[in-house]
Amino acid sequence: MFSRDRWLEILDTISKNKLRTILAGSTVALGILIFIVLYGLGNGLENTFKSFFKDDQLNTIWINPGRTSKPYAGYESNRRIEFDNDDYADISEKFNFFIDGITPRITLTARNISYKLKSNNFSVRGVGPDHQKNEMTIMMQGRFINSIDIINKERYVVIGRLVKQDLFGEENPIGKFINGGGRTWKVIGVFQDDGGDNEERYIYAPYTTIQSIQRGSDNVGQIIITYKSEIGFDGALEFEKKIKSYIKNRKKIDPTDPRGIFIRSASSDLKESEDFSNVLKMIVSFVGFGTLLAGIIGISNIMVYVVKERTKELGIRKAIGATPKSIVWMVLQESIFITTISGYIGLFLGVMFLSSIGDALQEDFYIIDPYVDLYTALLATLMLIVFGGIAGFVPAKKASNIKPIEALNDK
Amino acid sequence: MIKIKNLHKSYNIGKNSLHVLKGLDLEIKEGELVAIMGSSGSGKSTLLNIIGMLDNHDKGSYELDGVIIKKMNETKAAEYRNKFLGFVFQSFNLINYKNALDNVILPLYYQGISRKVREKKALKYLSDVGLKNWSHHLPNELSGGQKQRVAIARAMVSEPKVLLADEPTGALDSNTSKEVMDLIQKINKAGKTILVVTHEHDISQMCNRIVRLKDGVIVEDKKIKQKKAL
Repeated sequence: MFSRDRWLEILDTISKNKLRTILAGSTVALGILIFIVLYGLGNGLENTFKSFFKDDQLNTIWINPGRTSKPYAGYESNRRIEFDNDDYADISEKFNFFIDGITPRITLTARNISYKLKSNNFSVRGVGPDHQKNEMTIMMQGRFINSIDIINKERYVVIGRLVKQDLFGEENPIGKFINGGGRTWKVIGVFQDDGGDNEERYIYAPYTTIQSIQRGSDNVGQIIITYKSEIGFDGALEFEKKIKSYIKNRKKIDPTDPRGIFIRSASSDLKESEDFSNVLKMIVSFVGFGTLLAGIIGISNIMVYVVKERTKELGIRKAIGATPKSIVWMVLQESIFITTISGYIGLFLGVMFLSSIGDALQEDFYIIDPYVDLYTALLATLMLIVFGGIAGFVPAKKASNIKPIEALNDK
Repeated sequence: MIKIKNLHKSYNIGKNSLHVLKGLDLEIKEGELVAIMGSSGSGKSTLLNIIGMLDNHDKGSYELDGVIIKKMNETKAAEYRNKFLGFVFQSFNLINYKNALDNVILPLYYQGISRKVREKKALKYLSDVGLKNWSHHLPNELSGGQKQRVAIARAMVSEPKVLLADEPTGALDSNTSKEVMDLIQKINKAGKTILVVTHEHDISQMCNRIVRLKDGVIVEDKKIKQKKAL
């Protein structure tokens, strides 16, 4: 199989039968190329999906007030639930054992914020110091809101990276004052967030300050809790259940009412998203497998055609002394050689294509960093080579066994 | 060189069996130039194919250079063909993507002879048929006569015991035919046993023995005085 003579003969045959070589080669190369590209794009889609959840702490729950849907304890249904400072304080205290970080979050609708001559609409959130932990906010400059700011109801703000970009450009914003809602606010920090651009368009202020400008309201909006990761998954579920019943009891909500409060947790979100991305992966794999199958059928067809076309030549070779074995090997080696080379060409082109896409499709098609792992790519190529070989073997075996006289009569 | 006794061959065509050779006896000595004649369907090509081990016989015995040729596997047959026999066909049967030299080299390739030696040898045989200057031309760049000469060089290069020619002039005009027959006569003069299947009277006259077949049996077998081709 590795004799130099044999390879020279095969290379000679390949180079002198260009159409055949190109036909077989391009089928394989195209098959692999399409497989790599589809599979890579599928992976890119999955990446995007995963990135949606990247910025949140996994051990975080969001408790949102809603409206009751059942009458309970003398209250009518459709009662609006609100959390106030007492709720917040009691929850903090009662569940202290589980809690790693807790913060209220009052989200105000987007409003005009300006600095000197520049202005834009941004959303403002009143939060506590732990919010940084809950949302995995990363400080680029200055500091986050601390507990002293909360107590003093300071008119301080921490602005997102894009807010800074819009209002300050290259200017250092720390210590500068921005205007919003007819008041001035001192910028004490700039943050970035992996959660994407939208997260970086927020402005954070102490929640007590926000309460005081809302005519002394003590509404705290949502409550966000990061629990200690040591409690584990089961502990987390139990914690979620406990806190739910505690709040329902406190707020006089029917225990069976599904709507009074909503608890969202990253771990249950993650579970769902993993299920979804598994389905996505299955679809991608299915499409990839289909492409590969089409490629295999393509190369099989071409091999059958090639052997058919060569029947006479094989007959001549047999008449002048080629053994059946040498005929089979010749056809096989040729097909394996062509499929290997063109398979790797397809592989190379596919990977090149994917890396040239990079993140260009992120905006319109939600595809981030499409890639194919080397293992899958090599396996796919190997499969095509093996099946190309089998596809070549069967007709070659047949051709090698026909009598030379029949092959020669086949004009 | 060739001993054939009571040779039978039939083909199955659908349900019917076509009895092509009906008990042939034929003995050919070394150095003979034999014309096998007969109208189409007389079984002359079948006989040549059996002698050439391109086809198997059903009954009877066939001995080639002291070796009994029985139904054998293809690998063995390929080896024998390569060692004992050279073929020349009516339609030349050159490999069209290989040049003249590479076509002549091919039998030596299958003998496992080293690259240098086989190239040298092939070139010698090619110049013996007068085509040294055409060695790097593809078959479709050659005339019919030239193609047949390449085919003869290819048949001779493995130094076979017997050269088998199936209508070697069938696709050639009369002048070219004579040139090709001249070449065959020269090879025969050098001592090679040659069988020529033909239906042309002129060609058969250039051999030194004529075997005439009709309906699968030999109806005539005579030695003649050979005519020079040129």
